[in-house]
Amino acid sequence: MAELSIKERTAGDITILDMDGKITIGEGSVALRGTIRRLLEEGKKKILLNLGGVGYIDSSGIGELVSSFTSINKEQGQLKLLSLTNKLKDLLGITKLLTVFDVYENESDALSSFK
Amino acid sequence: MTEETTELALPSRIEAIEEATLAAKEFAKRSGLGDDAAYGIDMAVREAVTNAVLHGNRRDYAKTVEIGFKRLPGAIEITVRDQGEGFDAGSVPDPTDPQNIMKTSGRGILFMRNFMDEVQWSRHPDGGTVVRMTKKR
Repeated sequence: MAELSIKERTAGDITILDMDGKITIGEGSVALRGTIRRLLEEGKKKILLNLGGVGYIDSSGIGELVSSFTSINKEQGQLKLLSLTNKLKDLLGITKLLTVFDVYENESDALSSFK
Repeated sequence: MTEETTELALPSRIEAIEEATLAAKEFAKRSGLGDDAAYGIDMAVREAVTNAVLHGNRRDYAKTVEIGFKRLPGAIEITVRDQGEGFDAGSVPDPTDPQNIMKTSGRGILFMRNFMDEVQWSRHPDGGTVVRMTKKR
């Protein structure tokens, strides 16, 4: 079974990625990177990562979130995060990244925040 | 609870990281650690073995990463040794410094220090770097 499953859906021009599993060095990080790269190539620049199903992330996974954020911003897009687990919130707090990312608790708030 | 020492040597490949964290989980369970402490050990071992594989041994399959788990009275001690050329933890930039915050790597040591009570690096007499991590219980 894959470490990380990524299911894609859309709401208008926003792509929502429902993620389930682990974002860790190797397969999980590579899967996220590949999906973001493909979406940008397809011109999809408004991306909401639903991380409610991600119970485990390591420093490589955190790096991948930062890399996704930077890549999307470079293309004048927007990346927002939805439904962080307490563990992920703690890690973003430790790394002082909690204020860098735009984080939402519920999907409708997240969707209406995109410009 | 009796003292216990578990040791394993793994080749320097990415898959070794999962094997090491699995061993850490089993050791934490045998040691009766709670979920939070077990998660902390899992994270610290993951980051230490990642550093050993990627930066210490530079993914050289011929080199191994040695991991030791010790249950001592009042503490868990974990050692991770690589066969690299040495490492100065002090030379790693602070990833929470504003100028480094958007870097895509360099947070592993921060996590190890956050999840363990004590983390120390030393040079092994036979070569390589040893990181010794302690968690009180």
